[in-house]
Amino acid sequence: MAGVELEPVIGLEIHVQLRTATKMFCSCALGFGEPPNTRTCPVCLGLPGALPVANAEAIHYGLMIGMALESELAPVSTFHRKNYFYPDLPKGYQISQFDLPLCSGGKLGAVKIHRVHLEEDAAKLNHAGASGRIQGADSSVVDFNRGGTPLAEIVTEPEIRSAEQAGEWLRLLRTTLRTLGVSDVNMEEGSLRCDANISLRPVGTDQLGTKTELKNMNSFRFIERGIRAEVERQRALIEAGESVTQETLHFDPKTESITSLRSKEEAHDYRYFPEPDLPPVVITETMLDRAASALPELPAAREQRYVEQLGLSPETARLFAWRAELADYFDAVCAADTSLEPQLCANWVTELQGRLGEQEAEDSKVSADALAQLAALVASSAINQGGAKQVLDELVANGGHPAGIVEAEGLEAVGGAEELAPIVAAALEANPDLTERLRGGDMKPIGVIIGEVMKQTRGRADGKEVTALVRQQLGLS
Amino acid sequence: MADEIQELSASAAAAAIADGGLARAELFEHYRARAAGDELNAFTWVAEQPPAPVEGPLSGVPVAVKDLFCTEGIPSQAGSKILAGYCPPYTATAVANLEAAGAPVLGKTNQDEFAMGSSNENSAFGPVLNPWDHSRVPGGSSGGSAAAVAAGLAPWALGTDTGGSIRQPAALCGIVGLKPTYGAVSRYGMIAFASSLDSAGPLTRDVADAALFYRHLVGRDSADATSVAFPEAIEIPTGERLDGITLAVPTGLVDGEGIEAGVRESFEASLETARSLGATIVGCEIPSARYALSAYYVIAPAEASSNLARFDGVRYGLRVEEGRLDEMYTETRHDGFGAEVKRRILIGTYALSSGYYDAYYGRAQRVRTVVARELGAIFESADFIVTPTSPTVAFGLGDRTADPLSMYLSDLFTIPMSLAGTPAISIPSGLSEGLPVGLQICGPAFSENRILGAAHALEQAIGFDGSPARGGAS
Repeated sequence: MAGVELEPVIGLEIHVQLRTATKMFCSCALGFGEPPNTRTCPVCLGLPGALPVANAEAIHYGLMIGMALESELAPVSTFHRKNYFYPDLPKGYQISQFDLPLCSGGKLGAVKIHRVHLEEDAAKLNHAGASGRIQGADSSVVDFNRGGTPLAEIVTEPEIRSAEQAGEWLRLLRTTLRTLGVSDVNMEEGSLRCDANISLRPVGTDQLGTKTELKNMNSFRFIERGIRAEVERQRALIEAGESVTQETLHFDPKTESITSLRSKEEAHDYRYFPEPDLPPVVITETMLDRAASALPELPAAREQRYVEQLGLSPETARLFAWRAELADYFDAVCAADTSLEPQLCANWVTELQGRLGEQEAEDSKVSADALAQLAALVASSAINQGGAKQVLDELVANGGHPAGIVEAEGLEAVGGAEELAPIVAAALEANPDLTERLRGGDMKPIGVIIGEVMKQTRGRADGKEVTALVRQQLGLS
Repeated sequence: MADEIQELSASAAAAAIADGGLARAELFEHYRARAAGDELNAFTWVAEQPPAPVEGPLSGVPVAVKDLFCTEGIPSQAGSKILAGYCPPYTATAVANLEAAGAPVLGKTNQDEFAMGSSNENSAFGPVLNPWDHSRVPGGSSGGSAAAVAAGLAPWALGTDTGGSIRQPAALCGIVGLKPTYGAVSRYGMIAFASSLDSAGPLTRDVADAALFYRHLVGRDSADATSVAFPEAIEIPTGERLDGITLAVPTGLVDGEGIEAGVRESFEASLETARSLGATIVGCEIPSARYALSAYYVIAPAEASSNLARFDGVRYGLRVEEGRLDEMYTETRHDGFGAEVKRRILIGTYALSSGYYDAYYGRAQRVRTVVARELGAIFESADFIVTPTSPTVAFGLGDRTADPLSMYLSDLFTIPMSLAGTPAISIPSGLSEGLPVGLQICGPAFSENRILGAAHALEQAIGFDGSPARGGAS
């Protein structure tokens, strides 16, 4: 295979914990860090004789997800049992879906969706001992608080071609789910979990190579790094003339190493069969209407609205719309002062986010009101760009009110002929050679003059106004 | 007085208590003492004290409960070593319904392990003896419930029926057993054997008792998604005639081999009695019946293999401590389950395996659909299908344990109705060589009132006076 250009073929499986009041098949409240095994009942402990009853709210959320992903919604959907033994699975089977999932097909952004189905989460195993995993643990204890939490499993078609694309698309998915309000979508806390199926193939071919499954990566950065590492591992194997083994892998972000969890030979036969304790779910018009009317504006629609109605640039519109927290913050800035041009607000939100890095604007010290006030000061020419950026730095560092910072730091714009004209005149006088060249129509030295004025005004002058004054004083049209 | 109490049917006892002629405590103590002195191994647990009285239409008439039902704080062991000593933290809805209607739990009754068996010989707590002949089996899997009622150790009992486990022991012990329409009685808290087939129902001395018991057993339960509200009130039957009623006899099935001559004679006598009450007897065919047994023995083990996976030693019941997790699983289940349960887990696991699912489970489900359709077609022109309940009378202890297939044939007549989810009753039709024979009457879904009515008319006309121990053990 050496010499042939290879491309990654990546499909994602995302498990989303749904934010319902109660668990998937019983009436226990969902767990949020309570003492172990305090949110349990005979059903989610798998006690003898206990029976599941499907959570209508979880089905409602599933339908909302299906609608948001433009999936086909099954008129009748069934639950199946997926049988295997593990201590975090109290019944010895997980109630999941098999051949009649709630949602089939669909698309989000440029990636097609294979299916979305509902299932129950496993309990949480805590392993005592050095390894932190069940192999080699001194002992393991089970906390069933998480067991039975509703999950939506979203499976993409294998259409992703790079780690970066996977990361970017996952952010869009996360934003979509967050906008729907169906999940906390917190990767660190495990309410959004991602597995990746990865293979390589020669560019231009259709067949799929042997795939591996990379399990449970719990941050966007780890997902991108994990996929990149696995793609490179497979590429090295193929280029060395070796073959990829179908197996399930674990990516350790600390060491960047990839280890095998189990091979195909060790794969379970899950013995799926229809869950006899649950009648098929018949999706009624009422259920569909309720889900449709619960749908908020989704990222794609928001992006379009930002461009068409607010006049934002397409890049800014997408940046905001695909990151709902940022878009919500932008909306709040606009709402704080409706007289402002949305693009101006957008510029300052972008400026702010650039200073914040991974932190969300809404979690920063800069309130949406303060940013709107800052934009208003700029709009009214009370401060110039440079001054405004200084105010923003101060806001990011210590919070506060823009007007107060402007006053305290003396950042008011120096503007108007009476204030600025003498400074411009002095700058011209101090540079007779350059003034001559300017008078002769060579505008190149204007930058030096502006720089001089800025120096004198500590950056509070407006460059355009300085240029205009230079022209005026030298009698240039 | 003790003899008088013993002679009262459960309905009569309830009426006597309501009238003030009988004290609740006296009734409870009468049966408690009898159950505690049980020589049939019918009980696995007997109450020491009556629970706090609950006012209700069942007026304190105590009930024996099959050990498959969870009862809070009371051993609920499903006849299995793997649940030895297990006391659940909650009570099954069916039991709770009876308690709420005023019936206190007298004790828990022995059964085949996880309801798998037709002789009660598969119990980890030993076999139950047939009160008519202690060398014979009481039938199963609700053998303890049937023997307790037949021997007068309990006024009535709650049992379960997956492929015949109420009807067949009722027949072999000479009492009445009703298998309800699937879904009419909540399965919540009933330890699952085969979820799509399991149903809970009464074992009683007579048909009127079965109706009274059943009236307080049915009802939709929000904890059981497969339960449904019974569409009408359950009536206490009083009819004595069968005028205008058509009984269909599945000729091919009941003329087959393996039916004892005595059973056949009793069955034919019952048909004669029905005719004399005004019924019309017609022949019918259930062509798929010959496949029904096979389909049942794929579906039930398949579901059981999954239902019994929770008995893994992690949370409750037996745990055989071993070093590694997979060894702990293996040793716990090796020691905890009996041979028949293991056999069915193996069969079921195989039937659901990748590559075999369609050939076994898928095909069995298609047979099930055909059986239901064929029964439905018969009910379009006949009111009921009637058969003997069991091809034989009670057989000897140990006679069939070496041959599972001969044991499975005990369910030949009861399994089609289980697959179709339709109701059926077994009533005593007489004796053959001194042992009871059962008559099965089956109707369409939710026809329990009509079934109970017809059963009552036949019961009155047959006049079965079988009671090995209401008077004294054989």
